[in-house]
Amino acid sequence: MTSATEHAIGGAVPKQRRGVAAVLHDSWVVAKRNLRRMTRIPEIVVFGLMQPVMFVLLFSYVMGGAIQIPGTESSSSTYIQFLMAGIFAQTVTFAVAGASAGIAEDMSKGLVDRFRSLPMTRSSVLVGRTLADLCQTAFTLVVLAVVALLVGWRIHHGFWSALGAFGLLLLLGYAFSWIGALIGLSVRSPEAATSAGLIWLFPLTFISNAFVPVSSMPGWLQGIAYWNPFSATVQACRNLFGNQVGPVDDVWPMQHAELMSVLWSLAIIAVFSWLSVRKYRSAAG
Amino acid sequence: MAPAIQAENLVKTFGDVRALDGVSLDVPEGTVLGLLGPNGAGKTTTVRVLTTLLQPDSGRATVAGVDVLKHPNRVRSLIGLSGQYAAVDEYLTGFENLQMVGELYQMPVRAAKARALELLEWFNLTEAKDRIAKTYSGGMRRRLDLAAALVVRPPVMFLDEPTTGLDPRNRLALWEVIETLVEQGTTLLLTTQYLEEADRLAHDIAVVDHGRVIARGTADQLKAQIGGERIEVVVHRADLVAEAVAALSGYALGEPALEKNTRRITVPVSGGARVLADVIRELDARSIEIDDIGLRRPTLDDVFLSLTGHHTEADQEEGGGKGRSGDSGTDERAVPAGKER
Repeated sequence: MTSATEHAIGGAVPKQRRGVAAVLHDSWVVAKRNLRRMTRIPEIVVFGLMQPVMFVLLFSYVMGGAIQIPGTESSSSTYIQFLMAGIFAQTVTFAVAGASAGIAEDMSKGLVDRFRSLPMTRSSVLVGRTLADLCQTAFTLVVLAVVALLVGWRIHHGFWSALGAFGLLLLLGYAFSWIGALIGLSVRSPEAATSAGLIWLFPLTFISNAFVPVSSMPGWLQGIAYWNPFSATVQACRNLFGNQVGPVDDVWPMQHAELMSVLWSLAIIAVFSWLSVRKYRSAAG
Repeated sequence: MAPAIQAENLVKTFGDVRALDGVSLDVPEGTVLGLLGPNGAGKTTTVRVLTTLLQPDSGRATVAGVDVLKHPNRVRSLIGLSGQYAAVDEYLTGFENLQMVGELYQMPVRAAKARALELLEWFNLTEAKDRIAKTYSGGMRRRLDLAAALVVRPPVMFLDEPTTGLDPRNRLALWEVIETLVEQGTTLLLTTQYLEEADRLAHDIAVVDHGRVIARGTADQLKAQIGGERIEVVVHRADLVAEAVAALSGYALGEPALEKNTRRITVPVSGGARVLADVIRELDARSIEIDDIGLRRPTLDDVFLSLTGHHTEADQEEGGGKGRSGDSGTDERAVPAGKER
């Protein structure tokens, strides 16, 4: 170990940023770190992709012929039009797992302690994480869209509408990664975080309009399905992609799906970012 | 001058467990305080409070004159922390880890990069700088972790069991780094389970047990308190034990202790290896055959035995100070109900 003198105490005291500038700066540094990790562990990204791609293929070829969408002839090529909005939405909600497992791992490895001992803004570890997840979600959506186009899915209302749909999907995914952040901060191990992050997603995504028409469900379930935040985004995407076959179900949240999608996502972000940051501050590690 | 680290009556409970039961300590600027104690004694909890990671239930603390509870973020820019578990990102390279920490200390990117390279050089990690930390050995990771704590040349540093789990060579290398830091004027609070480590690095030692400081002094003072070195002899034949005790009493500073069924005699001595050689010659001259003989220096366990009357229980405890789970019930610590809440 080399000479001591040049390491003497009293280096320039770093400048303190304040307010939003500080949050943005620190979040960017953390997001950069998480994105780098993704390039070092490509398995995570690849497996994150395989699941939705598999769903597209299985649902459209195996089940597509059997599921009857009202007002259409049953065929797998009509079902894929109906299905894709649901698959896209389900895919973005899986961002929960990335955030919860990533944050739980940082907690268990002592990295959260490292971050909390640094003069950085409290929220930026979580903001950086969710922003990195957002990038991963965007990448996954692009690949998934290409696969879907290959198996016959089509956009009917033009580029800008489709872009709007992807915007809603990303917003939903971002909202769900805040739920993941809270889960990651609350569980004791990364393994628990992965299952805790995923298990409740199945009822959430299946009791919705994603895979089958809500009208085919028992009455009491229909109410839940219609008001499910997930359904709003799915319906909004169907509208914007031009994938809606037949009339939209005549219930308020489905008739105002775009609005409901934005409101639900913003509400989830507001509640869960507040809870997560609060939890992060007091995390005993 | 105000102490660089000062804690008054820190109390922290986790459920029923009183992890800190009124810890007070002060570390004068430019000195090293060794916090010595077994797992679960409260060392890590103390460090976590002083480094703003944990809010105490009561008590107050200042670091470099800044109140830890009132201005945590100002404290954070004045301290470096290197933990028990090497907290570096396994999937970033050594260089990227240090650059990230520099940027989070609010250094400009260029300065953070330059500082990262400087530290990698200093810690002999230059060749490994572009490898991800996952590929580092334990000793390399620990050095990287320590380097991360040094990014802004903090005036006050906290090292939580910096050498636990390291092999002797790496331990020695890390000690040398720490000594350099101290020469440069860094104030250091170091926790350790090893008396030897505290002995070598710390100006002052505080022995912690059950969330309290139970003894405070220099290494020499503590050793004097527990009786220094002893020689241990195991005699081969039971009928010669009495003669062996007689032979040893000539060298003993105090009363020899005898364990009859193991034929083990322990006598306090001073003079180290020279006395040991004399004892061996004497026993040989008297034709007393021995199974084992050795010079024992006081260990942490001896310190504990002497200060508290119980062993360190280090083997039974896990969890690095996050709180001690159920006590054996044999110790005499009394927790007055409702005290300082």
